[in-house]
Amino acid sequence: MIRSHVLVCGGTGCTSSGSEQIIKTFESEIEKNGLSDEVKVVRTGCFGLCELGPVVIVYPEGAFYSRVTTEDVSEIVSEHLLKGRIVKRLLYHETIDEGNKVKSLNETPFYKKQMRRALRNCGVINPEDIDEYIARDGYKALGKVLTEMTPEEVIDVVLKSGLRGRGGAGFPTGRKWQLARMNDADQKYVCCNADEGDPGAFMDRSVLEGDPHSVLEAMAIAGYAIGANQGYIYVRAEYPIAIKRLSIAIEQAHEYGLLGKNIFNTGFDFDIGLRLGAGAFVCGEETALMTSIEGHRGEPHPRPPFPAVKGLFGKPTILNNVETYANIPQIILNGPEWFASVGTEKSKGTKVFALGGKIKHTGLVEIPMGTTLREIVEEIGGGVPNGKKFKAAQTGGPSGGCIPASLIDTPIDYDQLISIGSMMGSGGLIVMDEDTCMVDIAKFFLEFTVDESCGKCTPCRIGTRRLLEMLNKITSGKGEPGDIEKLEELCHYIKDNALCGLGQTAPNPVLSTLRYFRDEYEAHVNEKKCPAGVCKDLLSYVIDPDKCKGCTLCARNCPAGAITGTVKKPHVIDKSKCIKCGVCQQKCKFGAVLKK
Amino acid sequence: MKTLAELEEIRKKMQSKVNIREHGSNVTRIVVGMATCGIAAGARPVLNKIAEEVAKRNLKDVIVTQTGCIGICQYEPVVEVYVPGQEKVTYVKMTPEKAVRMVNDHIVNGNVVYEYTIGAVAK
Repeated sequence: MIRSHVLVCGGTGCTSSGSEQIIKTFESEIEKNGLSDEVKVVRTGCFGLCELGPVVIVYPEGAFYSRVTTEDVSEIVSEHLLKGRIVKRLLYHETIDEGNKVKSLNETPFYKKQMRRALRNCGVINPEDIDEYIARDGYKALGKVLTEMTPEEVIDVVLKSGLRGRGGAGFPTGRKWQLARMNDADQKYVCCNADEGDPGAFMDRSVLEGDPHSVLEAMAIAGYAIGANQGYIYVRAEYPIAIKRLSIAIEQAHEYGLLGKNIFNTGFDFDIGLRLGAGAFVCGEETALMTSIEGHRGEPHPRPPFPAVKGLFGKPTILNNVETYANIPQIILNGPEWFASVGTEKSKGTKVFALGGKIKHTGLVEIPMGTTLREIVEEIGGGVPNGKKFKAAQTGGPSGGCIPASLIDTPIDYDQLISIGSMMGSGGLIVMDEDTCMVDIAKFFLEFTVDESCGKCTPCRIGTRRLLEMLNKITSGKGEPGDIEKLEELCHYIKDNALCGLGQTAPNPVLSTLRYFRDEYEAHVNEKKCPAGVCKDLLSYVIDPDKCKGCTLCARNCPAGAITGTVKKPHVIDKSKCIKCGVCQQKCKFGAVLKK
Repeated sequence: MKTLAELEEIRKKMQSKVNIREHGSNVTRIVVGMATCGIAAGARPVLNKIAEEVAKRNLKDVIVTQTGCIGICQYEPVVEVYVPGQEKVTYVKMTPEKAVRMVNDHIVNGNVVYEYTIGAVAK
């Protein structure tokens, strides 16, 4: 009889910090202690607190162990699993209260404000075991749809729920399905966009790794709704764990007859194929993605015709994002009113964000729409580390923009973000502190889009390159009056003329930083200064002769040999040799090296 | 191929196994003393029997867990039951057979099995 479950995170984050080895050690230690019949080790998907990985939860106590090493495992087994004494030393510190008592994980600041719907099974079930998914009401929604509802009713429920595409643009999902339903054709397709490409975003990966069946079930439901019997999941080859678990899930669903011919004896056939992308960012754009599935070079083409009319192989197609699908089965089971009970007027439900950058709790969070940026950053994310000040948050990846500290109380939903010059995007949220140069950030995203531009249309191929060159000019101290205006003009030109979403949104990082941090651009151009002290060409290191004790530490550590001076006399930096690496400043014990 | 009924069958069978991973705030805790003294006196089979019985009856909001030595080693195996809003009940010198009755009478029907409690045994 199994009385205890040891859940070990097998998401990409924890796997890279060694959770596979932890699982093996647990299994051998449990065996050694003769507990094999009583304790079960389960490899799950992401728990969200990636920063604290590898993460292990032991049930029924719900003890949350963080940063577990293989050496810690035998202690957990012999103390906790055998004798029932929770190893407090290894617990996530937020789960221990002032009285040294163990709190539930859901009471910690990181989880308290979260509402896990799309991620409901992530970190709870074994994604490689279809039975565990079924135990959590898996495939019940598909059964209900096939036996009790007409396709029109399904679409109606999705429409009523107010669910909007979680991939970024926020198009109403029910509307998309309705359009595809209305177009008669001998063949239609259901596609899943799992080509998550924004730097720092990993929401979809986590859903695929932690709960692959929810996506399969939702795609089958979508197939029934629009009248399609073939689905494709387009996932990037850089997600090996997600691909493995999807393949296992598809195989298991076939075995159970939940995919394939005559599902639940209703005469409905549906099958799903995996298509691997080579990691081109543009293939996340819907027309490019479908071109790539067809076996061609992943390039976009103009819309209309929209995919719902003429999509994959020229047939009516719907394309939804992973997180959108993950919401579908629960909408069917709990009803559209349940889904719409949280959120704002035009953005219903929850949204998953990948928190990254200068924030204490890096990881995955799911919050109701309308939660403010302040709640996400300060309460859930634990604030900016090292006592630094919050400067801005970047959402929407290379297509989005920056939200300055002055707008930190903005409720996060599709329309609010657009109105302040950013966008929801797929859900990457990068926090920046006072040491971040906003011009440099814009440059970073432009470098990304220049790399990823497919080259088909001129505004994007050449325009983004020229934008990047202008930013390089500004950050290297060669900016001239009028450059900022030229930059703006080019941004608007690209926005208006590029062929696909990638190009049309590529100038957003520049435009939004210009909107809120124009003074920083001006400082770079007019005063040749980088206020945050990031742009190397605009800063110089000097030694304050009053503070320098002549200890020679800086001179010995300088990789360029740029510091000279004799012992016990103030040292000097030769600016022509200095490479501005900052080592002297880090090494100086007297705070004598200054950045100007 | 699975029918809807078969799916429901799997769901029921698996739910009791996965339930252990979630519970609301209104949880009854059955705690078995599993220190050296408890294990030596036979707490392991008691713990396993309780876990089995709880799963068999698909009891929701009941967790079976362990603790260390509470200092009454001569009365091991000790099982403590915490029902929300009620006083803790301590069962002593438990066996798998007694454990089954304890789950049925106390946890399911709400009747404390006084003859097994420390108050009765220590008289």
